[in-house]
Amino acid sequence: MEIIILILAGVLFATAIYNLLQKQLFRIIIGTVLLSHGAHLFILTMGKLKRGQPPVLTDGVTDYSDPLPQALILTSIVISFGITALLLVLAYRTTQENKTDNMEELRGNSNE
Amino acid sequence: MSTLNIAIIFPFIAAIVIPFLYNKIRKLHIGWFAMLVSFVLFIYFARYVPRIANGETFANTINWIPSYGINFTAYLDGLSLILALLITGVGTLVILYSIFYLSSKESLGRFYTYLLFFMGAMLGVVLSDNIMVLYVFWELTSISSFLLIAFWYQRKRSRDGAKKSLLITVSGGFGMLIGFIMLYIMTGTWSIREIISMAGSFTDHALFIPAMLLLLLGAFTKSAQFPFHIWLPDAMEAPTPVSAYLHSATMVKAGIYLVARFTPIFGGESIWFWLVTGVGLLTLFWGSFSAVRQTDLKAMLAYSTVSQLGMIMSMFGIGSAALHFGNSTVSVVYTQATFAALFHLVNHSTFKGALFMVVGIVDHEVGTRDLRRLGGLVTLMPITFTIAMIGSFSMAGLPPFNGFLSKEMFFTAVLTIGEAGIFSLDTWGTLLPVIAWVASIFTFVYSMIIVFQTFFGPYKEERLEHPAHEPPVGMLIAPGILALLVIGIFFFPNVLGDYILTPAMMGIFPSLPAADLSVPISAWHGFRSMELWMTIGVIIFGFALYKTRKKWAFVYKLFPEKWSFNSFYSYSLEKLEEHSTTITNSYMTGYLRDYMVYIYLFFIVAIGGTIIYTGVYAFDISGNSSVSEFEWILVLVMIIAGISVLFAKSRLTAILLNSILGYGVATFFVIFRAPDLALTQIIVETVTTVLFLVAYYFLPEWKKEDVPRKSRNVNLIISISVGIVFTVIALTVQSGKLFESISGYFENSYELAGGKNIVNSILGDFRAFDTMLEVVVLLIAGIGVYSIIKLKAKKEDESVEDQ
Repeated sequence: MEIIILILAGVLFATAIYNLLQKQLFRIIIGTVLLSHGAHLFILTMGKLKRGQPPVLTDGVTDYSDPLPQALILTSIVISFGITALLLVLAYRTTQENKTDNMEELRGNSNE
Repeated sequence: MSTLNIAIIFPFIAAIVIPFLYNKIRKLHIGWFAMLVSFVLFIYFARYVPRIANGETFANTINWIPSYGINFTAYLDGLSLILALLITGVGTLVILYSIFYLSSKESLGRFYTYLLFFMGAMLGVVLSDNIMVLYVFWELTSISSFLLIAFWYQRKRSRDGAKKSLLITVSGGFGMLIGFIMLYIMTGTWSIREIISMAGSFTDHALFIPAMLLLLLGAFTKSAQFPFHIWLPDAMEAPTPVSAYLHSATMVKAGIYLVARFTPIFGGESIWFWLVTGVGLLTLFWGSFSAVRQTDLKAMLAYSTVSQLGMIMSMFGIGSAALHFGNSTVSVVYTQATFAALFHLVNHSTFKGALFMVVGIVDHEVGTRDLRRLGGLVTLMPITFTIAMIGSFSMAGLPPFNGFLSKEMFFTAVLTIGEAGIFSLDTWGTLLPVIAWVASIFTFVYSMIIVFQTFFGPYKEERLEHPAHEPPVGMLIAPGILALLVIGIFFFPNVLGDYILTPAMMGIFPSLPAADLSVPISAWHGFRSMELWMTIGVIIFGFALYKTRKKWAFVYKLFPEKWSFNSFYSYSLEKLEEHSTTITNSYMTGYLRDYMVYIYLFFIVAIGGTIIYTGVYAFDISGNSSVSEFEWILVLVMIIAGISVLFAKSRLTAILLNSILGYGVATFFVIFRAPDLALTQIIVETVTTVLFLVAYYFLPEWKKEDVPRKSRNVNLIISISVGIVFTVIALTVQSGKLFESISGYFENSYELAGGKNIVNSILGDFRAFDTMLEVVVLLIAGIGVYSIIKLKAKKEDESVEDQ
């Protein structure tokens, strides 16, 4: 199972980076979101997918799945959500001000 | 004896006080205060002469950085005393001269601040025993020289000259610093005295030769030795008192002082001998040869300084041969060269200082120092002429001036060393006197040009800016005193020799008996002596060359200007700038995509390379859990969705595919028993999709990306490689668990934190700091979103964005 998930994460990484290398802002933002999906799957897999019970204390259960990666991912999800929201607004504002969302046209002036 | 340290600090304090005094007292010329400072120091050092002559030395330490052994140790022996007397003595005279030379319209406060700053730094160089402190003062002289050369900073040539001298002397100084550090590694002490006492015990060390070479690099750049001499002629853009003081009498002798000071350590080595002597002789020849072609008087004096410095340097090199013979009496013969070097060091300061001042007077009174416009000043400026004649004839090596004595001793030195039979001198030894002799002829020629072209011949008043007349008396005092010294030293050379030079010899050759180091100076060697005939030859050939100089001037045209070191220097600077701009522009393209490519390429090469190179790759499926059909399908769907994002024609498709991925991840969270994660992921994915849809409304439609095939392939390769490297790392890490997870501890969450949901206990109790800051992140993101949408810099207010 772990191998398959890690390959999936690798595919997500590859697509994310291909998107990041594109010119339009919207594609780049989608790239960052894909990247965070890949990273979350990676963290989860690193904690061994041992198929225990959900980490909620219940009488008579001893094999819980690893709670620590879950806490880390939870934090990460929220942070990447904040970043995505900010990036989207930033892209919106950039497009409004510069009348373009193409990274090649969004260079500084030559005399800077 | 802490007064020695105070004496070094004193000029710095005076330099700080000067601007205040300058602003308070406008009536009195501020130079008088500076001169007083210098004169007091001169008297102070002069009082040491009798005690130093008795063989005493003085040292005092003030702790600076004791934990590193770097302390401000002032050490006064004969060698330091010579330089200290020159610095303060010539300093006093130069300041006196500058009081009359600089008009009160100049920013005098600045001038004297720099000058005293320099004086203190220079005293620090010659009096420091600790080489780190010596280096500090060494760089301070470079900086103050830079400031003084660019004193008229409005002129481009001044700025260029200052920049050039700084670049060259500081790069040399930096090399010297490395040499000093090597010395420290070899000996374990920063103190010159202690290093000298260990001399000979570390000559086999691997760093010995590099340290020597780097030290010489520092000395050669500072003392304008070939081929680093190019900064000195350009430094002539400084005011003339500065040229007289820094660039003839004191700063350029710092390198010579360094060579003399380190002779006990490195002398006796063949490389040291050949480098110092060889470079010195080459500089001597090249300087005198180039001086003849100059038309500007100061440039001529600059090259002549270069030449004379080369002569002193070569004599120190010859003198170092004495150490090769150890303590035997044979070596005493060669120490005479060092004695001559010290003697000429003093002589050169006297006559060159006087000559610079004379040139300044001529420039000041007639408005030009171009030889083609000068002439016939002898009747109009008789006193100036007399001083110029004394200085020039002394420089040419004629009696009855002190230059004659040191030149004779120089010839003696090169003749003796030619017969020494060490360091493969038997093959090359005869060359040394020849070069020295030819160079002396050129020295004679330009010395004559200075006197006769300036003061004789037709008087061309129409070409001069002011009609010629004698300068004010005040301007003549300082060069007059120097000229008197020139003659005085000729008639009583042994006073100087016994009281000042002999003690300095003891500092350079501490291992030799003091009684043998004193050399009686005599003007007359008898008819049988080779030196006399060489001098006569110099006069005859020099006179002939002077008379026919127009006929052989074509020699200088043989080498085109672009072959000179000056052109090489400016060419390399220019090319350096050009190429670095080209290189920077070639990779700093301004496109985000390119920078991303660099980052990922680095990731692939560094991480992937490390994995391949160290062979840590591991692949272990033994601990893996089983996969159900449903999970297979889910993974397949997600892979297809992920790849389809790349091919999406419209933004809407991409958003939908992205949310498929997000919900797929949420499903995995469910499968892997993470209820909280699944919940959060579903909510966040929903909100993100909504956000994307909102942005979709505002952002422009996707255009077909017209990426060239080549860069598209690059993108593809890079992204696939990053994916592979990432997967390989993940698999390797996955397969190599070293110890059990600590998560078992958190299963006590009910006892420890009173919560049954372990994940929530971790977030709220065990690791609540993360959660707090994560909340802060959300808060900041919210504020960011709000302000980006709401705030707009107004156009009318010259908004920053439009600049």
